[in-house]
Amino acid sequence: MEFVFTDEQAMIAETARAFFTENATSERTRKAMAADGIDAELWTAFCQELGLSGIGIPESAGGAGLGLVELAIIAEAAGAQVAALPMLGSLAMAAQAIAAGGTPEQQAEWLPRLLSGEVVAGYVHDAALAANGDVLTGGDRFVAHGASAQVFVVTSNTGAWIVPVDAAGLAVTAQTTMDQTRPYAQVALAGVQGAPLGNPAAAIEAAHRAGFVTVAAEALGGAQAALDRTVGYAKERVQFGRAIGSFQAYKHRLADMMIEIEQARSAVYWAACAVDEGSDEAELAVHSAKSFAADTYFMCAGNMIQLHGGIGFTWEHDAHLYFKRARAIQSMLGSGNWHRERIASMILGDAA
Amino acid sequence: MKLGFSREDELFRAECADWLNGQMAGEFKDIKGITKLTACPERRKEWEQQLAAYKWSCIGWPEEWGGRNASLAHQVIFAEEYARAGVPGRVNHIGVELAGPTILAFGTEAQKQRFLPDIAAGKTIFCQGFSEPGAGSDLASVRTKARLEGGEWVVNGQKIWTSLAHISDWIFVVSRSEEGSKGPKGLTFLMMEIDQPGIEIRGIKQINGDAEFNETFFTDARCPADSLIGAPGEGWKIAMGLLAFERGVSTLGQQMGFRNELDEIIAAAKANGAAKDPLIRQRIAKAEIGLNLMRYGALRMLSQTDHSKIDGAALTYKIQWASWRRNLGELAMDVLGQAAEVAEGAEYEWDTLPNLFLYSRADTIYGGTNQIQRNLIAERGLGMPREPRGDV
Repeated sequence: MEFVFTDEQAMIAETARAFFTENATSERTRKAMAADGIDAELWTAFCQELGLSGIGIPESAGGAGLGLVELAIIAEAAGAQVAALPMLGSLAMAAQAIAAGGTPEQQAEWLPRLLSGEVVAGYVHDAALAANGDVLTGGDRFVAHGASAQVFVVTSNTGAWIVPVDAAGLAVTAQTTMDQTRPYAQVALAGVQGAPLGNPAAAIEAAHRAGFVTVAAEALGGAQAALDRTVGYAKERVQFGRAIGSFQAYKHRLADMMIEIEQARSAVYWAACAVDEGSDEAELAVHSAKSFAADTYFMCAGNMIQLHGGIGFTWEHDAHLYFKRARAIQSMLGSGNWHRERIASMILGDAA
Repeated sequence: MKLGFSREDELFRAECADWLNGQMAGEFKDIKGITKLTACPERRKEWEQQLAAYKWSCIGWPEEWGGRNASLAHQVIFAEEYARAGVPGRVNHIGVELAGPTILAFGTEAQKQRFLPDIAAGKTIFCQGFSEPGAGSDLASVRTKARLEGGEWVVNGQKIWTSLAHISDWIFVVSRSEEGSKGPKGLTFLMMEIDQPGIEIRGIKQINGDAEFNETFFTDARCPADSLIGAPGEGWKIAMGLLAFERGVSTLGQQMGFRNELDEIIAAAKANGAAKDPLIRQRIAKAEIGLNLMRYGALRMLSQTDHSKIDGAALTYKIQWASWRRNLGELAMDVLGQAAEVAEGAEYEWDTLPNLFLYSRADTIYGGTNQIQRNLIAERGLGMPREPRGDV
């Protein structure tokens, strides 16, 4: 029992933080927002120069080993800058699914290209997907960075397939999305031939757990950044002859943010660790982390706008980037209520 | 980063559970499951001595003073198993968790020899004399006076909210020893024997009908000159050091008590159908999440070896658990409905859950109100300007 980062984990955190702070600047993110929501240069540098893209993928599958704790560390750092990257769909979900459930051939075909950033994958989930053998009909309106993907991992509740973007019957339509750092695309499958993953159950579980932990960690990073930036502003901005941070109504809101963030930090690393260690608590922990961290992020980003006053409502200020990312995280991969109901059924049995 | 306990730790866990369950099924079965702090004080003092007889009374202390020098993991495990076995809270919590560590850190060799063996043996029960009628949140404004006279300290004034003073043997008192001093300067930290003519204790009846807290009056109360911890005027430093111990391992045991309370709510919800209500389900899930985040927050806090920086988890812990528990009390009432508003007998005495509802209103007040906690978090954790001081 040693619930703190190891030296190696602290080093990864420091490296990731420095990388994103230096490179995922507001200016570059805004350029990406005006286009496809991906800072392509940043993505290439992240995958190829920094060499952290294989984290959380077993070495046997061409990854860098390590686990969800390290993946969470990276997602936290990326989230702190609201970096415009296809990390969630391509690495945390599609690559995790292929690494956990793909055949050796599928892994060899796709993972090196996903981890190098050469190919971007989208993750499509449709609980009502109609699968006639491996011929798929259905779709998903909210595929993160879907319009930039060259390949999709398509899942139902029981099956998982790989579908390249040029497959016959597949239509991808970009959507104008509130969070422009992670735009959605509608992916429609009309009788598309998929290549089934060898072990769909393992693929789905791995993708979902990694997805929950990754967005929770992003939310943690974003919430902490919202607090840090607001604290900076509270010290500089003067009204009534005092720094506004000296007003108790203001201080108490900041304190409330910190109280939630500290719990979100426990939640994220508890979940990542529990999955890595195969703990009995893993399921409880990932649902806790996703719901709690998302709500924390939204609370902090909302406060960031309020506590900045008028400037916080402008397009020019970054507060809206955090606010919109936070809102998107609340709704994606299951709402807070959905995750809490999962927990309730573990404790109380199914609702009548 | 590692959550799991080692095999050796798990063996220790089994040893703790075996012994505690054995006691609660045997010689001390009459006190099993008691949650009220004031119930059965004499039996609970005997229980303190039983713990000591088997070297379980202060396992985190050094071996030379009756402890086991137990690792952090072992302390966590013992605290968890203690509550899990339904053992009532320690009546000598203050002695073992606060007075003892304070004496170990700041006391002289003679003071260690005088106090530590008796605390470890469960023979000396301590209480804490900090708050006063005029010094609540503003603890540094204490007015209780101490002066040296004929080789003795003579103390005059009043303390309040002295939990369990009526069953305690000793009290530590923060008093003003420098005439005309203000705030944290000029304070002295004294250890005083309670059984003397100059000390009078009156219970304070609380909203739940119980009287765990007291007013303690000092009228020319006396203690020998060497009863002070640290030097005269260093009382604030000692008191603050002591409060830091409050965030120790015992919080994990406290959490197991919370676990028992939440489990009782879950059982009640299943029994009366409230468990089918989607809103209740959400709130129970939130309570479950919050309890786990408390546990992992505490483990983060305790795993931290670098105490030089102010740890966010430690700074936010008090308001976190206090608010969680107050919400839990409200959830209990919503689950139970009107059934929770009537007691069985003629006495104004409440079962665990209605009592939790009432008692938890104190949680967000004592040990620093939620509002004071927010000030501390903003000022110490986030570097915001300090609250201005008035001069009334």
